[in-house]
Amino acid sequence: MAHAATAGRAPERGLDVYTQKVGMWVFLCSEVMFFAGLIGSYVVLRFGAADVWAEPGDVLAIGITAVNTFILICSSVTMVKAFAAAEADDQKGIRNYLLATTLLGALFLGIQVYEYTELVLHAEWQGSHGFTPQAGLYGATFYTMTGFHGFHVLLGVVCLAWATKRAYAGHWGKDNTHGIEVLGLYWHFVDLVWIILFTIVYLI
Amino acid sequence: MATIVAEATGQAILQEEHEQSFLRKYIFSTDHKVIAIQFLFTTLFFLAVGGFLAMMMRYQIAWPDQPIPGGGIFPESMVASGYILPEFYNSLVTMHGSIMVFLAIMPMLVGVYANYLIPLQLGTHDMAFPRLNMYSFWVMVPAGILTLASFFVVGGAAGAGWTLYAPLSARPDLTGVALGQQMWLVAIVLIGLSSIFGSLNYITTVINMRAPGMTWFRMPLTIWALFITAILGLLAMPVLSAAGIMLLFDQTIGTSFFLPEGGGQPLLWQHLFWFFGHPEVYILILPAMGFTSEILSVGSRKPVFGYKAMVWAIIGIAFLGFIVWGHHMFQSGMNPTLGLTFTVSTLFIAVPSAIKTFNWMGTMWRGNLHFHTPMLFAIGFVAMFAIGGLSGIFMASTPVDIYIHDTYFIVAHIHYVLFGGSLFALFAAIYFWFPKMFGRMMNEKLGKIHFWTTMIFFNLVFFPMHGVGMVGMMRRIYDSTGYAHLQGIGGTNELMTWSAFALYATGFLFAFNFFWSIFKGKKAEANPWNATTLEWQTPSPPKHGNWAEVPVVYHGPHEYSHPGVTDKDWLAQNERPDLPSPAGGH
Repeated sequence: MAHAATAGRAPERGLDVYTQKVGMWVFLCSEVMFFAGLIGSYVVLRFGAADVWAEPGDVLAIGITAVNTFILICSSVTMVKAFAAAEADDQKGIRNYLLATTLLGALFLGIQVYEYTELVLHAEWQGSHGFTPQAGLYGATFYTMTGFHGFHVLLGVVCLAWATKRAYAGHWGKDNTHGIEVLGLYWHFVDLVWIILFTIVYLI
Repeated sequence: MATIVAEATGQAILQEEHEQSFLRKYIFSTDHKVIAIQFLFTTLFFLAVGGFLAMMMRYQIAWPDQPIPGGGIFPESMVASGYILPEFYNSLVTMHGSIMVFLAIMPMLVGVYANYLIPLQLGTHDMAFPRLNMYSFWVMVPAGILTLASFFVVGGAAGAGWTLYAPLSARPDLTGVALGQQMWLVAIVLIGLSSIFGSLNYITTVINMRAPGMTWFRMPLTIWALFITAILGLLAMPVLSAAGIMLLFDQTIGTSFFLPEGGGQPLLWQHLFWFFGHPEVYILILPAMGFTSEILSVGSRKPVFGYKAMVWAIIGIAFLGFIVWGHHMFQSGMNPTLGLTFTVSTLFIAVPSAIKTFNWMGTMWRGNLHFHTPMLFAIGFVAMFAIGGLSGIFMASTPVDIYIHDTYFIVAHIHYVLFGGSLFALFAAIYFWFPKMFGRMMNEKLGKIHFWTTMIFFNLVFFPMHGVGMVGMMRRIYDSTGYAHLQGIGGTNELMTWSAFALYATGFLFAFNFFWSIFKGKKAEANPWNATTLEWQTPSPPKHGNWAEVPVVYHGPHEYSHPGVTDKDWLAQNERPDLPSPAGGH
């Protein structure tokens, strides 16, 4: 049979990377396009129309959001640490860093919920009490962009919680790092999107 | 070592077949072949539904002053005392387009054939992420249900056109449709999700899971086309999802992204929609081009003329597809200089398209032509696509487009590329791969009748549309008889309507052939067309897991009439001319 002549030939791979990682990269490409759609619309609506935007810091609180940004960046660091621990087969490190990442992500969401509540109930905008998605394009774009980002964080936290649970069962180790690496790619992407959103929504 | 692991997995998959329950095997299956067949049945159903909506439209266009026969079975909100209501006509136009694009043609090209062919033609056991693949079908099902259900809610189905231009689509008071429009937007987001799951799978599988020896430039052109299509879908669909979600918010929670009275911009919708919409056009035609290339090569017993040029043409079309969206918006008041750049970039697309067309003719030139049904439909595709492609060049030019914009000329164009193009190629693909999918042949005689009747009636329906469009008949007009400039076209419209009924009837001939052949067709051999690609080197239909042993590929995909082979006129990709054929090859 013909295969005997070439026995042992490996499947063709276009990229020297394992399949799950390729899949996550490809998925992140589509995520980039999704956020590009939202952010592009924001740019067009904000700079191309007559609608009113508040001065930075007037309605949206920069201080607490800066703290929140810092929390999310820290969670990226612990995510990297979790992957390093997995590669070093450090079970305690994997457990602790995954747990820390999950909790930091959850804390970010908690602060975002608090921020939303404060805005809806107490913020002053254009003479009316409360800043809602109906408050002009300013409110609509703010809640749409940060809301979809928050939804992505929520998905990440759910996956992280699942990974943490498995870590306590000793699932990850130096022979089983792929799941943590792929989840890490997603988590860093979500972090990166937030840094862009924080800049263009809160600071500019 | 990877091969060994892969083969071990293959054995495990083969054994698993006997242990799976009915539900896991046929309903919630992760086998790419079962998922493809699920997509096939679903999309054929929606093709019939979309066609039926078109029949009602054609009746209204030809005889606006006569009650529609059997109109009594429709609710009063659609057909009142026998007459189609204008609001319902708007829904018919909208939902015919939407269903055909999103639930029939696109999932049939990609959901069916990318799923079925990518693992088989590349020589792998399944997709990279089989469970995600299953979700891509089951996310689509609720989208289909929502779409059908939207006809029966208060206000009826969406009525702002398939392009959903704001503010018409954003303000329920303008169309009278609120809930139906929202259901359709939710369906669009679900379809986007389904498409992204699918694309993710197809791209990853093609990149990382090809059989040993299946290098990039040994991949069949079908795979190239489906791969590039998946990239288009991956990058274009999320933009539509984002836009659809914003439109949904305008409808439901009182934002005003696209409403000028709230500071929003209706033109933003058009940009977002067509940024998705033009790549979508190529999502709908590139796979069809792939099938055609392959079937023409099989039917001509010759290699594809200019294989590499074909690949680069696909890539070129895909790239250009992302920078031409503005040619749908010449009449939106855009800066004429900007319009000119869109004109030029659009005209460039003629170059790779012409390369493909001439290469198809080059493939057939002096070939040993076999006119079986798939071949006939593939040749039909080339002819119809040439007409649709040429009328596309007309409207790429701003001054011409301003004249024919929103007339039946546009309707003629889109149907020449989408029906004469995509659907002809799909019929070719269904006849061609049916034996592999179901293990039986479709009836050739019925197939040939189906081809010739489709060809004749298709042209009788859509060619005259160029004419009525040039006269100025508006694209979504409910009743054209009241306009002075449209007085002379009544007879043409009646001819088109009768032909449309006949065209729809040929669909039943096809459906009969399809279902009859599943049960009673002639048993198919493994390789009934003497084709070279890998899927024909497995039994028909292939077992769960496709291969007991992963094939090894030695050369390009379309080796017909190879000079080194004397006993037959084809050389399978896993055969070497200097070695005896592998066992089970034919």
